[in-house]
Amino acid sequence: MADLRNNFVGIKSPNPFWLASAPPTDKAYNVERAFKAGWGGVVWKTLGEEGPPVVNVNGPRYGAIWGADRRLLGLNNIELITDRDLYVNLREMKQVKMNWPDRALIASIMVPCEENAWKAILPLVEETGADGIELNFGCPHGMSERGMGSAVGQVPEYIEMVVRWCKQYTRMPVITKLTPNITDIRKPARAAKAGGTDAVSLINTINSITSVNLDTFSPEPSIDGRGSHGGYCGPAVKPIALNMVAEIARDPETHGLPISGIGGITTWRDAAEFLALGAGNVQVCTAAMTYGFKIVQEMISGLSDWMDAKGHRSLDDICGRAVPNVTDWQYLNLNYVTKAKIDQDACIKCGRCHIACEDTSHQAITQFVNGVRHFEVIEEECVGCNLCVDVCPVSNCIIMEPLAAGALDKRTGKPVDPNYANWTTHPNNPMARQAAE
Amino acid sequence: MGTTQSGILGGRLPLKEYEDNFSDLHPPLDKHEALVASDRCYFCHDAPCMTACPTSIDIPMFIRQIATGNPIGSAKTIFDQNILGGMCARVCPTETLCEQACVRNTAEERPVEIGRLQRYATDIAMRENKQFYVRDASSGRRAAVVGAGPAGLACAHRLAVNGHDVVVYDAREKSGGLNEYGIAAYKSVDDFAQKEVDYVLSIGGIEVRHGQALGRDFSLADLAEQYDAVFLGLGLAGVNALRIEDENAEGVQDAVDFIAALRQSKTKADIPVGRRVVVLGGGMTAIDAAVQAKLLGAEEVTICYRRGKEHMNASEFEQDLATSKGVTIRHWLQPKRIALRDGRVAGIELDYTTLDNGKLTTTGETGIIAADQVFKAIGQTFEASGLGALQIEGGRIVTDAEGRTSLDKVWAGGDCVLGGEDLTVSAVAMGRDAAESINRAFAAAQPLASAVA
Repeated sequence: MADLRNNFVGIKSPNPFWLASAPPTDKAYNVERAFKAGWGGVVWKTLGEEGPPVVNVNGPRYGAIWGADRRLLGLNNIELITDRDLYVNLREMKQVKMNWPDRALIASIMVPCEENAWKAILPLVEETGADGIELNFGCPHGMSERGMGSAVGQVPEYIEMVVRWCKQYTRMPVITKLTPNITDIRKPARAAKAGGTDAVSLINTINSITSVNLDTFSPEPSIDGRGSHGGYCGPAVKPIALNMVAEIARDPETHGLPISGIGGITTWRDAAEFLALGAGNVQVCTAAMTYGFKIVQEMISGLSDWMDAKGHRSLDDICGRAVPNVTDWQYLNLNYVTKAKIDQDACIKCGRCHIACEDTSHQAITQFVNGVRHFEVIEEECVGCNLCVDVCPVSNCIIMEPLAAGALDKRTGKPVDPNYANWTTHPNNPMARQAAE
Repeated sequence: MGTTQSGILGGRLPLKEYEDNFSDLHPPLDKHEALVASDRCYFCHDAPCMTACPTSIDIPMFIRQIATGNPIGSAKTIFDQNILGGMCARVCPTETLCEQACVRNTAEERPVEIGRLQRYATDIAMRENKQFYVRDASSGRRAAVVGAGPAGLACAHRLAVNGHDVVVYDAREKSGGLNEYGIAAYKSVDDFAQKEVDYVLSIGGIEVRHGQALGRDFSLADLAEQYDAVFLGLGLAGVNALRIEDENAEGVQDAVDFIAALRQSKTKADIPVGRRVVVLGGGMTAIDAAVQAKLLGAEEVTICYRRGKEHMNASEFEQDLATSKGVTIRHWLQPKRIALRDGRVAGIELDYTTLDNGKLTTTGETGIIAADQVFKAIGQTFEASGLGALQIEGGRIVTDAEGRTSLDKVWAGGDCVLGGEDLTVSAVAMGRDAAESINRAFAAAQPLASAVA
């Protein structure tokens, strides 16, 4: 049995699956249910400063996009931080932590960008027995208009400043949650590190409008005929999140900085991918909001079974394993040649590979062979682009097969060069020519 | 409580039971079901379903239009190819046409529900009386269509769209042909056939004259003289005979008459049916008669077919439908003699048959099935007079690929044509294509003298 125990910047949990700071972690009732279902930890829904709590809209808070059979692919929300009294939250957090000492309980915090505001709230949180704090520099809607959330996360200097205050005023580990609504994720990560953060977590949600009501011309979710951009999450954002996690993991300046991976994690596979790209654990929200807390059991068993099958004994065996394989385009091996291959027994003859290739790519898949509808790769034309694989409705029906070194590439008429060679040394690269000269 | 009394009786069941038994065989999909079903379509390129459809409806397109919330656009895609797409959605043997070709069969042995999706879209458009076609400016040409069945209606509609004036002649009291008189009641509920006729005719420029039979009230020569073009969509009015003793005895009936009477009955309670019923034949007519006899309250219904299961014209789906309703299907039995008691049918004696070097022969053994009613469903024949010198072959009208007959100005299509497929959808395709052919012929002919010349 693989050991799924997680130690993230000293915060221990029985598994690496935490619930992200969001509606599911707004109060004790939900969090108790989550722990009963098996979640390793929760990041409590973001606390604001003492005083009258924020208010939420009273109309719809969520919008969505769907795939086939109305499977939820992307969710957007305009809900703010907790709208409950600070002390109610603190009391409940303390009780829950007492009830569940083996689970991680992290307090997410968002207060104004003033030293006194942070100085005031940190002791209150510390008193609950929480295992750590997460700085919400990510929320892109509502709070950002008030100078908090992503308004802080978009200015590296502010990040560094606030992290420094937090490190100064609390003994608790500090996790800095980053917004993806920036151009280069490495900048805020470096700033957080410079401020002394123990870890970063990412991504928070992405600015988005999910749809427009074509009867009323209001963006969705519509509040009395008008809409605002919301924070986008769910399976659709996973690729964006994976890239940002990887960018931080492989940046020499932030390499080794612990990362809590967030963004569209729906299955154990998604979680394993985040771990492989350098995340020390993962946080989940949309999947739970779509299917309920029980899905963590699939995540736990799936991750555990995969680790057993592959001989990975602990999370340390997989964390960051894919990071060395993330590189810049210019270092990709240009002598690696693949050709699509269609398994005729698996082919259901939908013709989508053909029309995708014919209309939009390289005219490398037949429609008819000897007058019969038949889809086959024309190796002389195939550049190995993988589009056919991606549009085929049957998994593994089309695969990309690498040509062996020395084999003839029918497209170029040349044998495959066995040596690794990339753009930096390619004769067509003007920079390479200059270097040679 | 119903009655299982012997003899041929109406009212075997309580009224409510008739209503249940003759309700929609495939209830319409609701919006949610339609969206789920349409999600399964892969939008295949050069889709096999489309190739399998005799009217070549762009099926991936109409399904995608449903999936994207545009059922009206979807209906137009369907009607562009098949103006009787509503009826075809109900009666097409999709399991041997589009749905058999669906690539989802290869993937998971369950096709996209193309027929029901087609009904979903066409129902919405027809309910909203959405008319998609405007007649071209009048061409001044006049065409006669004989037969207001699927072929005739499709032809008349397309001719009208192209600006020609059409007069449709039909021997019956109502339009629709087999759609009105020849399809099991549970496939066309709520008087759908007439609603569809109204929908088709609302294009304008089509006059229908009922009670007008070719050969009785007019001849083909008359029409050729009065009109610029004639389309014959006559269907098959005759019924094959058993050629056995006493086949005209009381209690022996043609299945097509039984089916027609059922369709014209409102409650079905007035349609008499035997306690024990035997249906002779292996096609759709046999199935429709047998299933409906059972639904009318017959205690025992047996289909007897002289060849094997694999030779039956009725699709697998239809056979399963029959057996699921309690009909027994027996094979390799050929009628030999009607058994009478007091001049009425009491049973039927059948020869066991076998194939001997590919030839059907009797084995010498016989059996008797008790029956108070026997239906003949062993095929229909083309029966028409007044056709003059029109070329007939194998008992059907000879046409070329676009429906032209041996006579100038005369086209034909549907079941009455050699090579006809005995399918509503094929008849529609032939009627539509003949109309296009007529249109081309008009265009190629000398232009009409203009009024001011």
